[in-house]
Amino acid sequence: MKILLIEDDLEAASYLVKSLKEVGHVAEHASDGELGMSMALDGGYDVLVIDRMLPKKEGLSIIADLRDSGDQTPVLILSALSQVDDRVTGLRAGGDDYLSKPYAFSELLARIEVLSRRRISGESETNYRVGDLEMDRLAHSVKRGEQEIILQPREYRLLEYLMKNAGRVVTRTMLLENVWDYHFDPQTNVIDVHVSRLRSKIDKGFDEQLLQTVRGSGYILKSQKG
Amino acid sequence: MIRIRMLFRMTAVRLSLIYALVFGLFAVVLVTYTTLNTTRLLHQQTRQTIDEEILELSVIFRRGSMARLIRVIERRARAPGASLYLIADASGRIIAGNVREIEPGILGKTGWTRNPFPYEGFGQTDGPVHFAIARVFELPGGLRALIGRDLGEPDRFRSIARRSLILALAGMVLLGILTWLFVGRRALKRIDSMSGSTKRILAGDLQERLPLSGSGDEFDRMSENLNQLLGRISKLDEGLKQVSDNIAHDLKTPLTRLRNKAEQTLSADPAKKDYRQAMEDIIAESDTLIKTFNALLMIARVEAGSRTGGFTEFDLSNIIQDVHELYEPLAEEAGVEFKLSTNDPIKINGNRELIGQAIANLVDNAIKYSVEGVEKPHRVSLEISNEDGQLHVVVTDNGLGIPPEDQERVKDRFVRLDKSRSKPGTGLGLSLVDAVARLHNGALTLRDAEPGLIADFMIPVKIIEK
Repeated sequence: MKILLIEDDLEAASYLVKSLKEVGHVAEHASDGELGMSMALDGGYDVLVIDRMLPKKEGLSIIADLRDSGDQTPVLILSALSQVDDRVTGLRAGGDDYLSKPYAFSELLARIEVLSRRRISGESETNYRVGDLEMDRLAHSVKRGEQEIILQPREYRLLEYLMKNAGRVVTRTMLLENVWDYHFDPQTNVIDVHVSRLRSKIDKGFDEQLLQTVRGSGYILKSQKG
Repeated sequence: MIRIRMLFRMTAVRLSLIYALVFGLFAVVLVTYTTLNTTRLLHQQTRQTIDEEILELSVIFRRGSMARLIRVIERRARAPGASLYLIADASGRIIAGNVREIEPGILGKTGWTRNPFPYEGFGQTDGPVHFAIARVFELPGGLRALIGRDLGEPDRFRSIARRSLILALAGMVLLGILTWLFVGRRALKRIDSMSGSTKRILAGDLQERLPLSGSGDEFDRMSENLNQLLGRISKLDEGLKQVSDNIAHDLKTPLTRLRNKAEQTLSADPAKKDYRQAMEDIIAESDTLIKTFNALLMIARVEAGSRTGGFTEFDLSNIIQDVHELYEPLAEEAGVEFKLSTNDPIKINGNRELIGQAIANLVDNAIKYSVEGVEKPHRVSLEISNEDGQLHVVVTDNGLGIPPEDQERVKDRFVRLDKSRSKPGTGLGLSLVDAVARLHNGALTLRDAEPGLIADFMIPVKIIEK
C-alpha cells in the first residue's frame, strides 16, 4: 500500500515512515502543507495521513482542496487537538478518520488498513464470509458451517464490523467508535467483554478460532483456510 | 510638599478646583452682566429726566427771553437735587448754574456727553469726585447751556454690586478650599492605606486584606469587592498548588516505574525471553500515562469550555441505554446485577459525548466498587428522574461507599481513597463527571446509600419535548 504522510514533526515522521516500511508499505513524507498538497495531487496514494497543524498550508484546507478537485483518496487526520468538536470539524472538512496524538503505532496502522479497504469494497456487499463463518446482511443471519448462530443486535453489529475488516487488526477504540458511535474512552476494557461474548458464540466448539486477540493492539478476524 | 503635590494629582481635588473656577467665572459674568444692564437702564432713565427738563426749559426760552431762562436756571440750580445746570459764554466762562468747574472739552461739543464726566459743583465738600451725564446745546449769542444729572445713584449701585461680587467670590474660594481639604485629604488617606495593603499583597502575602472603615461608602464597597476577588484568587492559587502537587506525584510514580522497568530490562541478559514481556509492560505503562494526560487535558478543556460549544439536541435515555448495554456484560462478568430503569425518550440540549462519558465513568466506578461490598448480591442501578426542570441521572451501588467527609474531596483531581489505590484508574474519573455537570450548569452530588454510594448527576434542563 502506498501511503503519503504530511507531518511537520520530522522525528515523528521518520519513525512513522520507518515503521510503515517495516510492515511492508510504501511510505512517503512531506514536511509542509504546500509540498504535501502537490504530492497528493500527483496521486497514486492509497491513503493520506495528514497532520492538522502544518506550515504553509493547514491540514484541513489541504483536505478541502483535494475534495474540491474530485480526489477521493481516504484521509486520516492526525491532531494534538482531541476534543470531540475538533474531530467533528475534521470529519466535516472531508477527512475519513481522526486520530489524536499521542497515539500507538498499532492504532494508526489498523486505521490506515481499514481506510484503504473502505475504498475498494464499501457498504454494498450483501454477504461476508470468513472461513466457514458466513453473514447474510439481507436476512440478518449468521451461520458457522451448517449451524445457525443467534446474536444480539449489538453483537451482530460488532461481528459485521469485524467481518467487513476481516484479516485486519481492529483496535478497541475503533470498535467503540464504529459499533457504538462513542468517541470517549471507557475506563475499563468493556469492549473486551463484548468481544469475548461474541467469541464464545462464534468460535466455541469449533476447531479453528477465527476471532483472535492481537496483544497490545486489538482483535483480528481471519481464517487460515481463506 | 510631596503630599500637596499629590493632592493636586488627585481626581477629587482637581475636580473641585475646576468646579470652583467654573462657578467663579459664572458668578463674575452674571454680576457684570446685571450691573452693566442696570447701569445702562439707570443712565437711560437719567437721560430721560434730562430730556424732560430740557423740554420744559425750551418752552420757557421760547416764550420769554434769555434773561428769563437764566433766571429760571439760577433758581433751579439753587434748589437741592441731583440736577446740573450751566450756562457759559463763548469763551467758556461760566455765567450761571450750579457747576463750579468742568472739563474744558465738554462744552465744546453739542449733544449728549459720550461718557460720564467728572465735575465739581457748588456746595460740594471734599469727597469723591462726582460724575454726571449731560446734554450740551447752543444758545443764540454764542452762549452754551449744559443740562445734566449727577450719577451718584447708579454709581452707588455699582459699588454695592462690586462689593457683593467680591464677598461671594471670597466665600466660594474659602468653602472650596475647605471641602477640598476635607474630602481630598480623607480620600488621600484611604487610598494611601489601600495602596499600602496592595503593595503587601503584591509582595506575596495573599492573606492580607484591604482595610474597611465600616462606613459602607464607595471605598468600602470597592475594598469589599477587591477582598472577595483576593479570596477567590487565593483559593484558586491553593487549588492550583494542590493540583500541581498531585500531578507531580501521580505522574512521577508511573514515570519512575517506567524508568525502573527499562533499566531493569537493560541490565538483564538481552537474550532472555522476557525482553518482549518487559517492552509490552512499558508500552502498557505509557498508555496509562497517555490516558491520564488525555483525561487531564479533557477536564481542563471542559472547565474552560463555553456553554454551547459542541452542544446538540439529543435523546438522553438513548445514551443511558447505550451505556447500560455497553457495561452490562462487564457487570455480569463481575457478578454484579446491573439494573436500568427504562424511560421515555428525553430530548435535551447538551454535549452528547461528554454526558455519555460522564455517565459511563459513574457506571464504571459503581461496578468497580460494588464488588468490594459485603452485601450480596452486588447491585448497581442506573435511573433517570425529572423534577422541576432538574434532570437527575442517579447511579447507585451497594459497595463500600465513600465516608461523608470524603464525598466532596473525591471530586478533586487525582484524589483516590486508600482502598481504591490498588484498583486501575487515574483518579480523574469523578473530576471529569463534576466538570461536565458544571459545564451544563449542573452538579454532581455524592451521597450515602447505606451501604454503598449514590452518585447524583444533575443538570437543569428545559426538556425540549416529551
